[in-house]
Amino acid sequence: MSPAKTTTVNTAHSVVEPSSRSKRIAATLVIVYALVTMLPLVWIFLTSIKSPPDSISYPPKILFTPSIEGYCNLFTTRTRQTPEYIASLPAPDGVCDAVTRQRNMVIAGPSNFLPRFTNSLIIAFGSTFLAVGLGTLAAYGFSRFKVPLADDLLFFILSTRMMPPIAVAIPIYLMYRQLGLSDTALGMMLLYTAVNVSLAVWLLKGFIDEIPREYEEAAMIDGYSRLQAFRKVVLPQATTGIAATAIFCLIFAWNEYAFASLLTSGSAQTAPPFIPTIIGEGGQDWPAVAAGTTIFLVPILVFTILLRKQLLRGITFGAVRK
Amino acid sequence: MHADRRGLQTATRPLACRTGAPFSLTKSDAAVTISNPSLADKAAEAAARATPDGVVVRVRALSDRAIAWLFIAPTIVLLLAINIFPLFWAIYLSFTNFRANRPNAEVKNVGLGNYSRVLNDPDIWASMQTTAHFVFWTILLQTVIGFALAYLIDRKFRGHAFWTTLILIPMMLSPAVVGNFWRFLYEPQIGLFAYAVSFLTGIPTSDIQMLGSVNLAPWAIIIVDTWMWTPYVMLICLAGLRSIPDYIYEAAEVDRASNWRQFWSITVPMALPFIMLAVLFRGIENFKMFDMVNLLTGGGPGSTTEVASITLKRDAFEAWATGRSSAFAIVLFVAVFGLANIYVKALNRVKQR
Repeated sequence: MSPAKTTTVNTAHSVVEPSSRSKRIAATLVIVYALVTMLPLVWIFLTSIKSPPDSISYPPKILFTPSIEGYCNLFTTRTRQTPEYIASLPAPDGVCDAVTRQRNMVIAGPSNFLPRFTNSLIIAFGSTFLAVGLGTLAAYGFSRFKVPLADDLLFFILSTRMMPPIAVAIPIYLMYRQLGLSDTALGMMLLYTAVNVSLAVWLLKGFIDEIPREYEEAAMIDGYSRLQAFRKVVLPQATTGIAATAIFCLIFAWNEYAFASLLTSGSAQTAPPFIPTIIGEGGQDWPAVAAGTTIFLVPILVFTILLRKQLLRGITFGAVRK
Repeated sequence: MHADRRGLQTATRPLACRTGAPFSLTKSDAAVTISNPSLADKAAEAAARATPDGVVVRVRALSDRAIAWLFIAPTIVLLLAINIFPLFWAIYLSFTNFRANRPNAEVKNVGLGNYSRVLNDPDIWASMQTTAHFVFWTILLQTVIGFALAYLIDRKFRGHAFWTTLILIPMMLSPAVVGNFWRFLYEPQIGLFAYAVSFLTGIPTSDIQMLGSVNLAPWAIIIVDTWMWTPYVMLICLAGLRSIPDYIYEAAEVDRASNWRQFWSITVPMALPFIMLAVLFRGIENFKMFDMVNLLTGGGPGSTTEVASITLKRDAFEAWATGRSSAFAIVLFVAVFGLANIYVKALNRVKQR
């Protein structure tokens, strides 16, 4: 671009429009940062499609033959057998079977990954649904009616989030043991709902505050009851806010580790405490761990990319006050 | 005390809620955002009174009061059961010698004994120091890098939205699951991190024992936390930068202020409340850091990375000293709460300037 042209570009825009040179420098730096910051994630994916020997070679391999072994190992448990025994078996049934036999092993059964992943799904979606549902009702209540001590109540609700999770876990652990909620999906769902509902009320009250009262009033003058006005006027208006809040609750519940690792051990265990315990013979089975990590991260990646606008709005919600 | 709480509420509010619509202004907002609080209150009351409660009341319709409680009660009940009740239970336990692994043993009241033991325990002070080191460096790095990134992204080069989305990804991921994978990246022999550092600096990989060396382990957790949470600080800073109206820069341009001068006299001071808010949130979060550190180092080697939450977990769920660990938990909570309150006072002063 010629210098003359640059000048015209600058004058055409507002005075504060950055020059094209400073834009280029900024773009380069940001792109370099973005690429470096993506490296660990790319490496997780690459490791998940490496064979175990490739994954632990030195120097780290960038070019390698992709292997499905990590994913096979993630979903199965295997036992070592003699080559003679393996030779005596009928033809392998499926890719994983064949890959496993090459290592002188046979598949003994499914691993715990799938049930743990399912737990994660049930608990995360269940608690998000509850937190957003309860949160919307409460936020509407706090937004539209005079609730005695509302400020103190809201503040107290939020301040419980300042507690370290381990500190909260001590009494919850005792309480759940008494109530028989230890290691149950219901217990985890209730706990995550309680943690999330404080944030949900806080966020949603802001969204609902934005919807003019006049809409409901007009609807009520037209013959709607308060509940009908809430359902047919306020809820449709608040959809974006509810969606943004739901994403936050979902991400929290999906990623949570501290409570899950202390309060669940077996049937209700979620994926985050499970994935680090995936071991092969002689230490951590890194391709399998990477495969589990990849499967676990993909939903969030998709969410982040598809819903980035709502996410950004939620994170910096209201921070931009013009 | 009361004023402090109000202050904290207002400070946390901008991130969570929009303010500005007249009927949403509660007293606490008014304290900072508008000069005439009584006016806003009157407006809110007038709006509430104007709500035609019962203009067209149907037979089945509930009164507003009933609806308000019906809507709020489930949330309050849930929070009472799972947040508030356990909190008071923890306070009660902190005055006893209860041990969760011996539920049938006689529970004795030990008064303030647990608290004095916690506050005089050198191990606990060591873990507080570790936490302070971790919080200080993560916040410093994240603020500097995050603000720089926000400043660069605010140049609005072509494709900046796409790259911003990429940069955001680490903060959405599970600190536990990703932290666990960083153990692999940090492996001195086979890990990518050691290889890259050795490739760039020439230091042999066997010297880059990020998790095994007493000197490097504290930095290992700082690097992962910075990698994960810099985007968060960046986002808030970006919101701050975008809140600065263009006309201020235009005026500065007319006055022929240099870019350097504009940066220090306009950009930094006007974005400062946002930066401070980001620091507050990261500070609170990192003070209670558990998952990522637990999986990366588990507090090791020795106890060099044993942050407060890890000590708490060892006390509560490995030593089963439930009473004493409850006391420690309460001490931690009060510490975060107190520090946050002092900080918010400073924040409000900056805002008013």
